[in-house]
Amino acid sequence: MTTQATEALPISVSNVTKTYGPVHALDDVSLEVKSGEFLTLLGPSGSGKTTLLMVLAGFTRPDCGSLKFGDDEVIRKPPHLRDVGMTFQSYALFPHMTVAGNVGYPLRLRKRPKAEIAERVERALETVQLGGYGDRRIDQLSGGQKQRVAVARAIVFEPRILLMDEPLSALDKKLRDQMQIELRHLHEQLGMTTVYVTHDQREALTMSDRIAVVNHGRIMQLSTPRDLYERPANRFVADFIGESTFLPVKRAGTDVHYGDTALRYSGDLPDTPDLQLMIRPERVLLSDTGPVEGANNFTATASDVVYQGDSFLLHARLQDGQQIVMRGAVRGDRATSLPHVGDTVTLTMAPEDTVLIDGREV
Amino acid sequence: MTTTALRPNEAGLRTDGRLERLRLFGLSSPAMLLILVILVIPVGWLFYVSFIGANGEFSLENYERMIKRKSYVRIFITTFQVSVLTTGLCILIGYPLAYFMSQLPNRLANLCLITVLLPFWTSLLVRTYAWLVLLQKQGLVNQWAMNLGLWDEPLKIVHNMTGTLIGMVHIMLPFLILPVYGAMKAIDRDYLKAASNLGANPRTAFWTVFFPLTTPGLFAGSLMVFILCLGFFVTPAVLGGGKVIMVSMKIVSNIELFVNWGAASAMGVVLLIMTLVILWIASRFLRLDQITSGGH
Repeated sequence: MTTQATEALPISVSNVTKTYGPVHALDDVSLEVKSGEFLTLLGPSGSGKTTLLMVLAGFTRPDCGSLKFGDDEVIRKPPHLRDVGMTFQSYALFPHMTVAGNVGYPLRLRKRPKAEIAERVERALETVQLGGYGDRRIDQLSGGQKQRVAVARAIVFEPRILLMDEPLSALDKKLRDQMQIELRHLHEQLGMTTVYVTHDQREALTMSDRIAVVNHGRIMQLSTPRDLYERPANRFVADFIGESTFLPVKRAGTDVHYGDTALRYSGDLPDTPDLQLMIRPERVLLSDTGPVEGANNFTATASDVVYQGDSFLLHARLQDGQQIVMRGAVRGDRATSLPHVGDTVTLTMAPEDTVLIDGREV
Repeated sequence: MTTTALRPNEAGLRTDGRLERLRLFGLSSPAMLLILVILVIPVGWLFYVSFIGANGEFSLENYERMIKRKSYVRIFITTFQVSVLTTGLCILIGYPLAYFMSQLPNRLANLCLITVLLPFWTSLLVRTYAWLVLLQKQGLVNQWAMNLGLWDEPLKIVHNMTGTLIGMVHIMLPFLILPVYGAMKAIDRDYLKAASNLGANPRTAFWTVFFPLTTPGLFAGSLMVFILCLGFFVTPAVLGGGKVIMVSMKIVSNIELFVNWGAASAMGVVLLIMTLVILWIASRFLRLDQITSGGH
């Protein structure tokens, strides 16, 4: 037998609310996860993303709401009957069992024959590149190996839904980057619907088909990584994903002005009393030849220049005192001619990169 | 002279290390002396006396008597019986109680813990006599039970094995609860969530994950209770009414009634050796257990 893609199930969350006293951990959350999709719940700590995952797993009982796996309503089903795989932030590997004991545990509970268990355990361990590790004790494993065993245990019984609670947060950066790619490959190979929780925006952008940004128990935006980054729905999302600076702008009909300058922009104008221009540092260019035709130009004074090896950061003060930050590539010809503090610089932004957002913290 | 140049302060640092070890030894020597005086010497003396016969010469008669006389054999059997039963009852009562406490919120759990430890603040003798008052024929327990119609005649629940066990379980319970509670508190709740997520119903999760992780604590607690029981004196003496004779009581009567120090010492030696053997066996089990439990 080879590892087959299991038939995945869509998840449908509707109107789920969970309160702890006056605090809304989840505030009327509705969410559709497509069959086979890799969806990430991204948010700061205390945003409710873990609570939502715990509702999916059945460990947290919401005040109200509906949860469907496929066509089955499961909101009142106890966790041990939900048949979803899950990995925990702490890995939660049983210390009194070997690696094989841990991975075989769900199969033993399902009363599979011994030979089948041994075979499927070994296969799951091979899937996470730990073939032959079955006899090891848990405390003999490194952090990365524990993570793999936890994944093997969560997929060995071929659940159709996989939940992952900050699985990589305990690993060092290099290993984390490597595991991100591995988990992504694993998902492509197994094809189960995956809900992944993280507070690391880069991890979310790297791994996900779609990302749900969660804050104050609500979903702020649910989009593809690219949309999320380039067209954030509001100030919170724009702030949380990537680094940005924001400038207040004025709107008259479809015209938008920053100070006296009319802005060329792309995309829709959000309907808001607090319209802001989002400036991603890497989308701003430093012009050596003065204002560029067809772009938005800003004249500013360099207030800080930071050399960071692969790039440089320039903090600049606009004439009205607003600060903006730009990031530029360091090339041979540029390395010697980085602007100096106090220089007057011209910063330009293409209309496609000029995005206006709702400045309210929603 | 390159070596001295590359290894500065070598001699000084070595002296510092030696001085530190010396100081450590100096600081612990009073305690070691104390142990020597109050433990090693008396036990050695105990061994010596146990081999002295009635005529004041070296003899094995004190040990022969223990094997030959049925009453001595019976005493050892009774001692084991009481110890095993007390340990068993402590597990049956203490484990669920510790489990309950471990599930409570911290503040309530601490309150419970204080209640468990409260008996330690009163003297053992007082607690034992309190049981005598409660359990006797005209005692509170019998009176209330009869008033409630649970039984008609006053039950004989003291001055026998029952009374002894009630008293001993009460006194030993904290020794079992504390290590078990500690082991339970140390269990990461994620383990149980994981078990449940992988398909274990609450009962299966308890027996396959929770219980195995508490066995080191349960084992330590049981061992402590069992060993304390082996040498227990006050409670069986007061609540046993002369019907439950344990080794410690025979030792006392050997000295007080028969002034036979040799016989008393020999029993003490046997008790000590039995305890050491049990500890030795237990330590082997404990190590075995650690291998299978992944050193938990």
